Amino acid sequence: MPDVAVKPTTGDTTGGSRDGTPPAAFDAIVVGAGPAGAAAALTLARAGKSVALLERGIFPGAKNMYGGVVYGRVLDHLVPNWWQDVPYQRWVSRRATMLMTPTQSLTIDYRSDRWIEAPYNGMTAYRADFDAWLAAKAEEAGATLVCSTTATSLLRGADGRIRGVSTDRPDGDLTARVVIACDGVNSFLAKSAGLYQAFDPSNFTVAVKEVLRLPREVIDERCRLTGDEGLDIEIVGCTAGIPGGGFFYTNRDSVAVGIVVSVIGLAAARVRPEKLLADLKKHPSIAPLVRDGELLEYSAHTIPEGGYDVMPELVGDRLLIAGDAAAMCLAAGIWLEGVNFAIGSGAAAGEAAAEALDQGDASVAALAGYRRRIEANFVLADHRKFRRVPHLIMSERVQRQYPPFVCDIVEKMFTVDNPTPKLGLRRWANDARRTHGVRLRDLLRDGAVGLRSFG
Amino acid sequence: MSAVTDIRAGAAPEAPSIGGETVERQTWVDMPFADRMATVEFRIAERPHIVVDSELCEGCSTQACVTACPADLFVPTADGKILFNFEQCFECGTCYLACNVEGAISWSYPDGGFGVVMRRS
Repeated sequence: MPDVAVKPTTGDTTGGSRDGTPPAAFDAIVVGAGPAGAAAALTLARAGKSVALLERGIFPGAKNMYGGVVYGRVLDHLVPNWWQDVPYQRWVSRRATMLMTPTQSLTIDYRSDRWIEAPYNGMTAYRADFDAWLAAKAEEAGATLVCSTTATSLLRGADGRIRGVSTDRPDGDLTARVVIACDGVNSFLAKSAGLYQAFDPSNFTVAVKEVLRLPREVIDERCRLTGDEGLDIEIVGCTAGIPGGGFFYTNRDSVAVGIVVSVIGLAAARVRPEKLLADLKKHPSIAPLVRDGELLEYSAHTIPEGGYDVMPELVGDRLLIAGDAAAMCLAAGIWLEGVNFAIGSGAAAGEAAAEALDQGDASVAALAGYRRRIEANFVLADHRKFRRVPHLIMSERVQRQYPPFVCDIVEKMFTVDNPTPKLGLRRWANDARRTHGVRLRDLLRDGAVGLRSFG
Repeated sequence: MSAVTDIRAGAAPEAPSIGGETVERQTWVDMPFADRMATVEFRIAERPHIVVDSELCEGCSTQACVTACPADLFVPTADGKILFNFEQCFECGTCYLACNVEGAISWSYPDGGFGVVMRRS
């Protein structure tokens, strides 16, 4: 571990011990310098704690990609006036949700002036830019960022308690009084600590994405954007019946298009992911947006989409978990958020850890402030509210039946079928229901889940 | 890179040869897969971070990894085994999540500083 500036720890013997083992090198180690880890390190450093922020990539964000919008409200109290120097691509002024069949699409497209002025709502950004920016804030606050270092396991003392992490550096054991695992969707540290009771692959999706270079004015024209404005489209019904969805969003002089599908569903369907993506790019509603784009980067990542009911234990002895490692991506249909949940949970974990360190105790009970904080704010409140939604969105009905059902109703509404008189919504809906095998019972039940969740 | 990703767009299905063995591939694409992967920066480690126990793969009929790996790194051989190349891995975890053969895929992260490097603006 070269040149790691070690601040003295703040006094007590947590993580060190009274039996002669040396005191911990840091108050806290945060594993992973993504948004969760950077936020945790930032709050810890601000609380005056010595904190090592470990990152296995050559820079923070080097391993990260997403499906495209960072919602900044969570940053307001962490980085005041963050919009003045955040490395954004565009401010999302148009937010669209599209229901798609191979030959149809129905889009709800909302645009607001309010989203293109401070304090802004959402931004598109390259994660390699954004994550590095947030980690730099943690460094400025005093955290020690150590890149190109993979945490290989939790380090335990003779008493079995966590006392740091082992890394792949020579002599790479690093001690601390508390560890915050923000090591991403695969969350090896949380799993090794036994915090995942069950680890079910069906809770994961895989995203594949293309970033396509296009001239800025071409993007502006195609997407009806001006200046710094950006467009984000979330799509359902574009994955050949495999549970999932798609997305399209604009950067400054590139656009990104991708699909997200259930890992298990993809394997069962025996369809290559880039084939699904190529089909989406050929869809008449998407093709004009991506035409002639030069591929700048192809990328992939997995996403924990199971939501509240599949989250691991968030607190262990001297251990907290935040961000994707704690399955904190919100995949609730019209809301697809992750970076903000990572930042929100990471910041809370850092605050709770600092509080526990002040008490000289990082036991499960002493770290309970973490869960208390995120239950009181959006992080767990949103997840609890929408706990039934991921299952609904990934259901056969939402994925295969409802998009053509809804598109057919709208198509009948707007097809002028003279001399046949207009039959009316009830008749069109019933016809479409029969055509697509949509059962009234399912519609009512899913509608009730939707109302309970979204209402 | 190897013939693993050398699949030509629009060409008739080829039978790429890897390590001297001829393998059947699902071949369709909108661009050559090698060109797609060539857009990604990889710092290739000496140590493979993923190890596939091809013996265990022999009895596998689903070969989920072959379908699902976004980097198309798993290649079935004619004798029912799997050839694997770790070098252009996104480190996403799809393969071990999809795999239903206990112990066939041993997965860890690459050593620090190696592996995929996502694009900055």
